[in-house]
Amino acid sequence: MTPVETVFDNRPEGSDGADQMGHFVTGELDLSHGVALYLEDITVSFDGFKALNDLTLAINAGELRCIIGPNGAGKTTMMDVITGKTRPDSGKAYFGQTIDLTRLTEPEIAHIGIGRKFQKPTIFEQHTVFENLELAMKTDKRVWKSLMAWLAGDERDRIAETLRLIRLDKEADRQAGLLSHGQKQWLEIGMLLMQEPKLLLLDEPVAGMTDDETMRTAELFVSLAGKHSLVVVEHDMAFVERLGGTVTVLHEGSVLAEGDLATVQNDQRVIEVYLGR
Amino acid sequence: MTKTILVILLLAGSLSARAGLDPAQVNQLVAEDSSDKVAAIRQLTQTADPDAVRVLKAMAEDGLYLAGDKAVIIDGDQAFDAATGTKMQMPANPESVTVNNRIRGELAGALAALELFDTERAVRLASARKLQSKVAPDMAPLLARALEKESDGEIKALLTLAHAQASLGDADPAVRLAAVKALAETTSPAIKTVLLPLTDKATESDDKVRYEAIAAIKSIDGRLAIAENLGRIFSGLSLGSILLLAALGLAITYGVMGIINMAHGELLMVGAYSAYAMQSLFRAWFPDYIDWYLPAAVPAAFFVAALVGVIMERTVIRWLYGRTLETLLATWGLSLVLIQSARVIFGAQNVEVSNPSWMSGGIELMPNLILPWNRIIIVGFAMFVLLLVWLLMNKTRLGMFVRAVTQNRAMAGCVGVPTSRIDTMAFALGAGIAGLGGVALSQISNVGPDMGQGYIVDSFMVVVVGGVGQLAGAVWAALGLGIFSKLLEGWAGAVIAKISILVAIIIFIQKRPQGIFALKGRFVDN
Amino acid sequence: MRKPLTLRVLSSLDGKAWLALGAFLVVALIVVPVLHLAVPEDSAFHLSTYFITLVGKIMCYALVAVAMDLIWGYGGILSLGHGLFFALGGYAFGMYLMRQIGRDGSYQSDLPDFMVFLDWKELPWFWVGSDNFLWAAVLVVVVPAIVAFIFGYFAFRSRIKGVYFSIITQALTYAAMLLFFRNETGFGGNNGFTDFKRVLGHSITSPETRLVLFGLTALMLATTLIFAAWLVKSKFGRVLTAIRDAESRVMFIGYNPLWYKLTIWVISAVLCGIAGALYVPQVGIINPSEMSPANSIEIAIWVAVGGRGTLIGPVIGAFVVNLAKSWFTVSFPEYWLFFLGLLFIVVTLMLPQGLVGLWKKLMARKGATA
Repeated sequence: MTPVETVFDNRPEGSDGADQMGHFVTGELDLSHGVALYLEDITVSFDGFKALNDLTLAINAGELRCIIGPNGAGKTTMMDVITGKTRPDSGKAYFGQTIDLTRLTEPEIAHIGIGRKFQKPTIFEQHTVFENLELAMKTDKRVWKSLMAWLAGDERDRIAETLRLIRLDKEADRQAGLLSHGQKQWLEIGMLLMQEPKLLLLDEPVAGMTDDETMRTAELFVSLAGKHSLVVVEHDMAFVERLGGTVTVLHEGSVLAEGDLATVQNDQRVIEVYLGR
Repeated sequence: MTKTILVILLLAGSLSARAGLDPAQVNQLVAEDSSDKVAAIRQLTQTADPDAVRVLKAMAEDGLYLAGDKAVIIDGDQAFDAATGTKMQMPANPESVTVNNRIRGELAGALAALELFDTERAVRLASARKLQSKVAPDMAPLLARALEKESDGEIKALLTLAHAQASLGDADPAVRLAAVKALAETTSPAIKTVLLPLTDKATESDDKVRYEAIAAIKSIDGRLAIAENLGRIFSGLSLGSILLLAALGLAITYGVMGIINMAHGELLMVGAYSAYAMQSLFRAWFPDYIDWYLPAAVPAAFFVAALVGVIMERTVIRWLYGRTLETLLATWGLSLVLIQSARVIFGAQNVEVSNPSWMSGGIELMPNLILPWNRIIIVGFAMFVLLLVWLLMNKTRLGMFVRAVTQNRAMAGCVGVPTSRIDTMAFALGAGIAGLGGVALSQISNVGPDMGQGYIVDSFMVVVVGGVGQLAGAVWAALGLGIFSKLLEGWAGAVIAKISILVAIIIFIQKRPQGIFALKGRFVDN
Repeated sequence: MRKPLTLRVLSSLDGKAWLALGAFLVVALIVVPVLHLAVPEDSAFHLSTYFITLVGKIMCYALVAVAMDLIWGYGGILSLGHGLFFALGGYAFGMYLMRQIGRDGSYQSDLPDFMVFLDWKELPWFWVGSDNFLWAAVLVVVVPAIVAFIFGYFAFRSRIKGVYFSIITQALTYAAMLLFFRNETGFGGNNGFTDFKRVLGHSITSPETRLVLFGLTALMLATTLIFAAWLVKSKFGRVLTAIRDAESRVMFIGYNPLWYKLTIWVISAVLCGIAGALYVPQVGIINPSEMSPANSIEIAIWVAVGGRGTLIGPVIGAFVVNLAKSWFTVSFPEYWLFFLGLLFIVVTLMLPQGLVGLWKKLMARKGATA
């Protein structure tokens, strides 16, 4: 159960004061032990309902992991915890060896290299495709810098490259609200890439895409793995298969099974709970 | 010298066993000189004789005449001997007795004093009450006698106070001391004024008496302060009940539709003017039943306001669904139109709406604490309306739909609740309640075209503090804010109180933005 | 090579806009003074003092409208209490003007008349330095900025938005109005400041002074438009509009909306304060009714009528509405409020993009059918 986005989001504690003065935490991402993301015994309850129940999960650096599971299993809530939108009632969440995610605000978490793509495309409809990418671009995002900002040559090149990657180079000056659904999804992926995240969280990235687009998205993700770590939440089994990689099954807030797709598909418990006979 | 005469006369009077009044005294009533008349009145008063009442009353009513050298009472075509009361022949040339204001004053005091000895308890009680503010020092002996004869506790207490007041001027410091001590228990501000001279060294020589007077005044002050605070709390309750009526409607529309109607204050105004119209109607066509205009105004105001609300909703507000900020502006425009219409129709000045007679007066709990009936009734009315709304919301199908739409519009629509019709009904209900608030307001405050403007910010504050979606929030917030403002007003004055409340709310909303009783996760934002 | 700031500023407006601004300044700074001073009064071309004062006043309002567009049109923040900042700037400069009356007031004292009337013996602490023009100018900028900063910081930090925010700003300006109505507050009570005599040594009612003020206002308006255009075309502007459209999303990308909102909020408040300071000497009076909630709501309608988020729209809106107001209150005073009320309703219901939006639609249709 996703809490409805309200005017007053669940605010992380300790998010006032100096941290808000535009000074972002720039911790060093320590991947020396090969683990990009580590969740241990994460519990989140809303009004008595446990969305996450002692969830323990580890993502290796450069890995492409798929998360599947029935609705209400806690997939989106897990992402909320990682990005700082929701604070866990208990448990640990680490990015790399040293960065404690439960202590950072959303902008800080975005800044240290975790990017998220939502289920619904949430791009900036009134801005052009180019502007959307420009806004997302990894750079100093404080007020003064934004006032004085101008696009340097290499920054333009980066945007151009991303445009090519997401096949929107011809639509660069088009208002983003006018794109097709699939194009919006790709734009959002592009924005995610512009943030140069080390860890990408992708929530049902191919929902609403055609088969062709789906396959191309899979290729894109596979190419990104290695340099980036990816966590993909999906229902489309064909897509999951194309991605390859380890699959984690979530059920009622904790991990039910883990392994490659074939193993998981043959797991009795998984069949009962999710895949059916 | 006069005192001695009075004492003698007193004794003489008490010794004489109902032998009728002394003719000499009675005849002095009709003497030429005013001072003689006054002296005669006082003497007769001291007799405490019921017959004296008769004579003095006749004199007060201009029924006393001089016939020859006797005082005669002439009542219509009958004549009576003033001293004995026996009927007599109508005299030939009766001379009327001049009764000037000074004499009238004396007569009033005398009659009041004499009524203390009346056989009827009610009469004695009334006169004892009257005397509280009219005590003259030379009444002390009379009061002492009345005290001896009095058996009723309530009257005795009043007489004790009066006697004490009269004794304050006694020559004996011990008597004065006793009098001050007796007076310390009152709550009357008038008595405080009487005690004040005794605290001054110039007028009061005895130290003990002076200190006692200061202590007495302190204790009276303390009691006065409590009464004042109680009065403020009641005022706050009354204000709170008006706020409740004003804010309840706003809370309902905000909860259901997520919009703030800036013309809400004008719905109050519509209700108030409906009351005025009803009053004018009754004055013109049913003047005998004028007191009933108010019960007639209540449903009238509800329907008129609800109608205005429905028109507003259908013509303007529903087209702006989802655009809450624009709704603010559009409804502000509506409020301007409504205010100007009122000016054009009813004139720009305030109109007079009077309380029906059964709402005037009040309950006197203490001399400086009077709870006016009109406010008491308004508090009761507000509670009654609250009860009706609660019943509607919780016990009817309509109420269930309204609550459903408030909590989750999309879902309610999916299960078949006719959301747009519910919107209209909720709006009508909210408007109608505001109309009722306007009727209440008309009874205690001025009715004019921009009377509603002062209530929109306050109503919104109630909604903010109380939270949306639950009646309890609005109730607590309205009553709380009402009482709080009035108490604060007493300390710091009206303006500072208002400013502090606004600032406090601004700060409060930082800590708990969803209000005291909020439905979880329910908020409207573009 | 890094693009220099001036070039970037120049590129914020397109050629047509620069031309229009230039023409406006020529008219305001050259044509108007000539038509007022050099042309005889009985000529049809003469511009009266009434005209100068009226247009000067409306230009101040236009400045406020642009400030409002910045926070509402581009930032999505509807303030219904912006009149407060306007009034604060006005009062700040008003203090200086009151001191400049010197001993020429009714009581011939060093203290302003209202203080003598209240039997005060000396200036309150916050009047210190108010006879200095530079200090007054500093106050005009700093006071609205501080008030805006404090209020905005707490409001935006607790993420108060939408309707709640608007009503809170109403409450704020209402509370301030009540405060300034009190004589004890030291700002002239409900009479405010008036009867000004001089500014910087020059008589305040002389035609030359009026024209200088007029010209300064026009200049300020033009400068503000250029500044605002640069602001909204910069990356800051894009982030701001992104915050307006989808605040949470912007946070996920890594921007902190608090500081962006606070920045535009304070800038807007300062612009209003300056507008107020230019307004007071031209109109000759400032009193607490400038802080009334109704005044602040009217600012919103100027912006709405002209067209939100267009910068030039609010200027047009301010002119249209205020000229209508002048006309109505002279000819049909009873109908002014009906007109204004209906304007609010009609514009929000049928002209959500304002007059500028209407114009654009008409142009587009003309282009399509051509």
